Amino acid sequence: MLVYVLRRIVYVIPIVVSVALVCFLLVHITPGDPLVAVLPPDASAELAAQLRAAYGFDQPLPVQFGLWVWHALHGNLGTSIATGRPVLAEVTAAVGNTFILAVSAAIIGFALGAFFGLIAGYFRNTWVDKLATSIAVAGVSVPHYWLGMVLVIIFSVWLNWLPAVGMGPGGWSWDWEHMRFLILPAVTMSVIPMGIVTRTVRALTGDILSQDFVEALRSKGLRETQVFRHVVKNALPTAIAVMGLQLGYLLGGSILIETVFSWPGTGFLLNSAIFQRDLPLLQGTILVLALFFVFLNLVVDIAQAAIDPRIKRA
Amino acid sequence: MAMTSDAALEAAPVEKARGYWATVARRISRDKVSMACAAILILIVLAAIFAPWLGLADPYQGSMIRRLRPIGTPNYPLGTDELGRDMLSRLVYGGRLSLLIGILPVILAFGIGTSLGLLAGYLGGKVNTIIMRTIDVFYAFPSVLLAIAISGVLGAGIVNSIVSLTVVFVPQITRVAESVTTSVRSLDFVDAARASGASALTIMRVHMLGNVLGPIFVYATGLISVSMILAAGLSFLGLGTRPPEPEWGLMLNTLRTAIYVNPGVAALPGVMIFAVSICFNMLSDGLRSAMDIRN
Repeated sequence: MLVYVLRRIVYVIPIVVSVALVCFLLVHITPGDPLVAVLPPDASAELAAQLRAAYGFDQPLPVQFGLWVWHALHGNLGTSIATGRPVLAEVTAAVGNTFILAVSAAIIGFALGAFFGLIAGYFRNTWVDKLATSIAVAGVSVPHYWLGMVLVIIFSVWLNWLPAVGMGPGGWSWDWEHMRFLILPAVTMSVIPMGIVTRTVRALTGDILSQDFVEALRSKGLRETQVFRHVVKNALPTAIAVMGLQLGYLLGGSILIETVFSWPGTGFLLNSAIFQRDLPLLQGTILVLALFFVFLNLVVDIAQAAIDPRIKRA
Repeated sequence: MAMTSDAALEAAPVEKARGYWATVARRISRDKVSMACAAILILIVLAAIFAPWLGLADPYQGSMIRRLRPIGTPNYPLGTDELGRDMLSRLVYGGRLSLLIGILPVILAFGIGTSLGLLAGYLGGKVNTIIMRTIDVFYAFPSVLLAIAISGVLGAGIVNSIVSLTVVFVPQITRVAESVTTSVRSLDFVDAARASGASALTIMRVHMLGNVLGPIFVYATGLISVSMILAAGLSFLGLGTRPPEPEWGLMLNTLRTAIYVNPGVAALPGVMIFAVSICFNMLSDGLRSAMDIRN
């Protein structure tokens, strides 16, 4: 197990370096001057050169990359051009909010998906299966930013039950006052993982039910509910792994939902960074989200290997 | 007795052995759901192509005195948008750009990804390592983040949005193409071709391509649904199409402020994205099970 974990970690190192390189290069394929957002239109050439030196844009690319990585390793992701605040502080504040949203959505999506998938796989080719499969297909096909709008129309505009935007007054806390704001975005965000988990669990359940050991369980006289428990136990590791990856996609892909609901997370930050051409902020946010995704993948792989010994040997 | 056996003999040759694709086509044509989805898609595509000849209102012509009319208004069956432009016309015309920016990235990625995967899978060794490790880097980014990062950096525009989505899908298709190619490469007929002196290029083009294209194609059709949602999503964020062009994602964005005044009209462009996306998804599922001859 330890060897597997170490091998997996060693394999991640080149990925992390490449991710940093991609994030760095991303900004340098930008058309136009990266300083365009801060420079007043009538700035003198002298001022422009000064600022360029201050942000380090006058150095050769490899040196800039080296410096950027060196600073990043020391927790310094540069300064936001638009606000003048450290990028890391901006990103940290936003990551927490995105986390609240993505984890809530993941829990809802996993619970619903596991339920639909299990009953669909168990009652294959019945109307229950068809219904659950249709819900799953709808879940992965719906433009979620549009679903968000529709839910706002129903629950905020017509019924006036839940707030349409924002995350509540003051800082976040887990009380009704704030959680009212979480319900719509979290439910909207949960439809994609719901659909994917339903499909995965349905296929898994079908596979497991056709294995010999289920036959053996039945022939030794177990009741159907007990057989069901075995099925759940066998399907769980893969389902959790799929969900782990989905959580990564939710964290990285929250921009559309956060824009619809004005949820002040990383997606919202990304959005303003793009439109204010705040390149250090853009770079830093993407880097943090990508590294998080890589890390989550690693954790999922290791956790899966720990639960299911068959994987390690592959 | 003799008559019937003669008749049976005559009838026998009619049941000619069908090719693989003919069988697939026959199977999918019997799948009602797939056929219904195909019909809806064809209808939307044809309407978009022939939009100028359908006698619709001008999709750019607005009017300040008839903004945000509800669905069912006389002369405006689907109402008007925030600038008083005819919604029906804009939805039909919107299909042109929406379908283009949604489908083109998958077609481009299909071409590039299949070539890369075929090369990596057939040549193996160093070529495989270089191609597949580069692909791994792109897998380190969630696809929505990657698409938005590239579009965000390149700036708003249709071409940039197509480029960024292509970059997102190339790694996924390459990975599928590589694994299919690797599994076909060791089959006997490839060895036979090699033994008969065929060059690597000939083997890839003549012997491998036909065998790997099917699974890659099915995978790619499944991506169209995601691509439609993402392409419209980029426009929704203001990173794709620019006003006043009719495009579903952008229309959804500009109508967002109207949800308090006229929610029905505001939600319409999303219905189109949803319909196209779900139809492509179902069609792709249908194609997959039609190609799975073992069933």
